[in-house]
Amino acid sequence: MSTELRTPRLSGSARRLLVHGGFTAIAILYVGVLVVAPLIGIAWAALRGGLSTWTATLSQPDVVHAYVLTGIITAITVVVSSVLGVVVALVVARDRFPGRSLMSAFVDLPLAVSPVIVGVMAVLLFGRGGWFEPWFSARGIQILFALPSMVLVTMFICIPFVIREVVPVLQELGVSEEEAASTLGASSWQTFLRVTLKNIRWGLLYGIALTTARAIGEIGAVLIVSGSITGKTETATLYILRAFDQNHRPGLDRPARGYRGVQAAGGEEAADMTCGGIR
Amino acid sequence: MSAQTLERPSVPRPGGGAGPRPWVTVRTAMARWGLRGTALLYLGLMIVLPTVVVVARGFGSGVSAFRDALTTPGAQEAIVLTVVLAAVTALINVVFGTELAYVLVRYRFPGRRLLSTIVDIPFAIPTLVTGVMLRALYGPISPVGAFLGRHGIQVIFAQLGILLALLFVTLPLVVRAVQPVLLELDETEEEAARVLGASRWLTFRRVVFPKLRPGIVAGGLLAFARALGEFGAVVIVSGNIIGKTLTAPVLITQLINGGKPEDAAAVATLLFGLSFVLVLVTERLLATGRKETS
Repeated sequence: MSTELRTPRLSGSARRLLVHGGFTAIAILYVGVLVVAPLIGIAWAALRGGLSTWTATLSQPDVVHAYVLTGIITAITVVVSSVLGVVVALVVARDRFPGRSLMSAFVDLPLAVSPVIVGVMAVLLFGRGGWFEPWFSARGIQILFALPSMVLVTMFICIPFVIREVVPVLQELGVSEEEAASTLGASSWQTFLRVTLKNIRWGLLYGIALTTARAIGEIGAVLIVSGSITGKTETATLYILRAFDQNHRPGLDRPARGYRGVQAAGGEEAADMTCGGIR
Repeated sequence: MSAQTLERPSVPRPGGGAGPRPWVTVRTAMARWGLRGTALLYLGLMIVLPTVVVVARGFGSGVSAFRDALTTPGAQEAIVLTVVLAAVTALINVVFGTELAYVLVRYRFPGRRLLSTIVDIPFAIPTLVTGVMLRALYGPISPVGAFLGRHGIQVIFAQLGILLALLFVTLPLVVRAVQPVLLELDETEEEAARVLGASRWLTFRRVVFPKLRPGIVAGGLLAFARALGEFGAVVIVSGNIIGKTLTAPVLITQLINGGKPEDAAAVATLLFGLSFVLVLVTERLLATGRKETS
């Protein structure tokens, strides 16, 4: 009897180890093959060309312009979507009115809609025959193929990030601290700055990080609205896409000639983008 | 609850000083309407308006829009390919993503935090760079790509490459949807099941899984929606061969660049309709999930 009890327990702990080890190994293997291997691949491709190709590529005026443009779009997007995102988060977490749940469904919508569709939306609004096209063209304001539409589509895509990070923090927080502050005589603005903002800062920062990463990397929507005019409306990602496209026309089964050169150039560009993209 | 707390200053507080109560009420109301108005205006202009336009323009012409979408050369194949690949992506990542979340939450092993950080990397990398990375790794000039090529496995300019790109991009969506639910789970219930003689597998199936289901389904649907619309990671890897590796988002950009915005809008509307239904389903599931846990 005692041996019968002991044997399963021993083999039980051995089995436990086996199961834990097995599951951990599967998890590490999956992430390794899917995520880590391509990272190593790009590092290998980027370093193979040597540093001279790096500096040569990065000193081209078009490339510099592309990076500056990406920076401008990202900065505007981050500022607007953080400030207004906190406002929306406050309303979603604290306010109650009919249609509030519909509102939070709309907040999530950009996560599910393809960036390409977002670009098409902008074309339908501001393009020829679009709802707003007469108004803006009468005033000589260029929206499509210019900065405004590029910022607008990037903002659309980045709206959910700050809101989704801040809302749960606000819900968990409750309002007792804020009430205490206002009871002690703080103005609502003081309460917001000293209590609310301080409490949500980590969630807000993570949301901003996600927004920045996404804004830097956005391509589908920007490709459609910008027209990717080199030196004018070409962002960093659009430059990389062009670097690939020039030497390889889509629709070919076999990699075209010059593939090797593109691979090197694109690899370097991309490696640089990666450094910028990782927060 | 929150409506009350927002209005609380208007309720006379016991023991409180005789402050300028009515003024506070007016200011609170102003602040509330200011916030509410700003939020509604922002979301209304940025999200609702463009959505309404797509729906009005796309579905306004009724069935003919769908006929246009499906008669555009290559569109039918592109949409079928996109939906199938997105579904396969969601299924694979639901299995491995849930397993990863479980390992990350429940097991302690060296490198656990590193693994957790690596899972977030796809969020931080521009999606186009994902495509570049895959080409660097599996392209014909890399050792790995050459090796696979010799064994007859083509990754780049093939559906396998698209699948890898989609799996990469959507992995964190599933893990981050399941993880919080797992963190909140009470482990004593599992222990009770085990003590009562249930096997590991039975415990997982009957005790853990039912609680995780809303998170898993939500994560899977998010992954599916994201995979349906992915452009950056796919465009470089796929080679965009009509009828073979051309996905719907890439087709839409080609139509726009080719000066056919009407055809692009038709295909976009179809894709949009699919995503929109998915969001509604996810929202409903998350809501029921929250109700169950609270």
